[in-house]
Amino acid sequence: MQAIAAQVKEAAKKLLEDKKVDLVVGFAEGSLPLRGTPFFARTPEEANQLTWNRGCENNLANFLRKREGKVAVVAKGCDVRSIVALTKENQIDRDNLYIIGVPCDGMVDRKKVGKLLGGKEVLEVVDQGDTIVLKGNGFAETAKLADLLHNSCIDCRYGNPVVYDELIGTLMPEKAEEDFAEIKAFEAKTTAERRAFMTEEFSKCIRCYACRNACPMCYCTECFVDCSQPEWIGKSAANVQDNILFQAVRVFHSAGRCADCGACERACPMGINLRLLTRKLVKDVKVLFNAEAGVSMDDKAAMATFAADDPEPFLVKE
Amino acid sequence: MIVSKKDIPNLLDKMIAEYEVIAPVKKDNFTVFKPVASGTDAVVGEGNTKLPAKELFFPQSEKLFSYSVTEEGTKLEAPMDDKKKVLFGVRPCDARSLKLLDNVFDNDKFQDPYYLTRRENTVMVGIGCNSPASTCFCTSVNSGPFDTSGLDLLLVDTGDAYVVELITEKGKALADQAGLTAASDADKTAAAAAKEAAVVTCQVNTDGLKAKLDVNFYDPIWERIHEKCLGCGACTYLCPTCHCFDIVDDAVDCTGCRVRNWDSCAFPLFTLHGSGHNPRTSNKERYRNRIMHKFKYFVDNFNEIGCVGCGRCIKNCPVNMDIRVVLENIRGSEARLDS
Repeated sequence: MQAIAAQVKEAAKKLLEDKKVDLVVGFAEGSLPLRGTPFFARTPEEANQLTWNRGCENNLANFLRKREGKVAVVAKGCDVRSIVALTKENQIDRDNLYIIGVPCDGMVDRKKVGKLLGGKEVLEVVDQGDTIVLKGNGFAETAKLADLLHNSCIDCRYGNPVVYDELIGTLMPEKAEEDFAEIKAFEAKTTAERRAFMTEEFSKCIRCYACRNACPMCYCTECFVDCSQPEWIGKSAANVQDNILFQAVRVFHSAGRCADCGACERACPMGINLRLLTRKLVKDVKVLFNAEAGVSMDDKAAMATFAADDPEPFLVKE
Repeated sequence: MIVSKKDIPNLLDKMIAEYEVIAPVKKDNFTVFKPVASGTDAVVGEGNTKLPAKELFFPQSEKLFSYSVTEEGTKLEAPMDDKKKVLFGVRPCDARSLKLLDNVFDNDKFQDPYYLTRRENTVMVGIGCNSPASTCFCTSVNSGPFDTSGLDLLLVDTGDAYVVELITEKGKALADQAGLTAASDADKTAAAAAKEAAVVTCQVNTDGLKAKLDVNFYDPIWERIHEKCLGCGACTYLCPTCHCFDIVDDAVDCTGCRVRNWDSCAFPLFTLHGSGHNPRTSNKERYRNRIMHKFKYFVDNFNEIGCVGCGRCIKNCPVNMDIRVVLENIRGSEARLDS
């Protein structure tokens, strides 16, 4: 990780020194253990603050839409998928974006760390590769990295950036096809069970919209929840049905566009299982259209394609 | 007075007979304040709850009144929550936040009956912080881990028991009613030692901050500070002192209710005028307002910093926007602003 951090720094510095770009979007050390924080470097000196660690969990594609000038981004696999999807939607001009790709085998989920430590506070972290030492007041616990990664990272098959101008680190071996086990289990539930689950999860929602704002694909100039004339949806978080409606519309809107990066779930301060919904749509798009968002610059976005031989099984009863 | 830790459930059960007792309860990975049906449900002594205590007095969505217009006439109902309550196990920062909010909801221009009725009817039983978290900076904003401001009783953890300090008459009455026994000199010494041992390691320097904010509205530093902020409302909704709200009518035909919802200055809609004009056009202006409101406008209006240093915004921000770093950057900015 430290070697990669040094290379990220060097690559960014060089781009800024050579005036190839005006800005490098990457990560700096955060203020908390296991936390990287989005950082915007505009000079070679500022590039010194760039880094790479297990806490670089934000999807930086979110900061790249409609940017002026030449921009470089330090992008892991999921960031690149969103960049590809956004490029197809004319939100990013690929000619003005330089991608410093970093193969990524996963970021640490601080909620899992919290659960493991039963609420004890982590003050220092030592990254030992396959294991991580979590230190706090009067304790030091060694945990397996694999047990602490975000679920989206465990399921991710695109840790290697699908497009890049420069690669830092080495490409990783391909992972096996995902099995969507938890989605299948969810689908197997009865309607009443699914409703009960949704009601329980979304009773936690405080409508802070962190999920929407963290999502690189949520960029409507006016989100339907913010519209007051007409008022499409109640503004009160006390109404769980409205909370569910908000998320359902958001998730449907990202069908075929969602790269399953998990940014929404990571951003949620209330720990709502949002990815179950986004991933259900990822599975549906894969099953119905054999498509995945942002895995190739050449594919057309699944929901923006018309094919005369589309079987439309959901419309036609055969 | 003193109460042993193993007697806390019994103590709460006794209170439940007389009051609605609200205490931290476990929810997934964190705790939230909820009315408890049994003393054993309460999780006393953990870190701060996920949502601050403000929601108990100023709920995220509050029905102000409901109405219906029928052939018989107009019917109006204004519910008022006037239950006798005990808020048990609140941390001093959250209790102090209510003292700050009192300025907003109870001043010479306006008294908010919904908030004030709850305030008057609630006995605040706080618990001091023997081990403040690394994100706590209460001592930098005129408070501390055993601050009694806003509390009626303060519990000090001495290991197997809590030494109970009587802060107000209201608190004393509750302690008497609960039949607490007197603390020995040794217990009192242990409580003093616990207070002495509690260290808030994190310090935020606010010297000169207000003077800076008085003149730095146009400082170019704001262009950079907000840059990574997503513009979500997580920090404002989890903040114990953020108190902006919006009032809407939830109505179908002639039946409906008027609801007060939390609002957030982070949202574009917050300042959107009916004309379509928005004076805070970008995230820069919105984020600046959040800082200005807490560290300048609140000071101008009420002579207090509108932050209690609980650290929730630091822990919960999706992009690690750390208010301590932001304030340091503002203080450190050397832009000439006086010309």
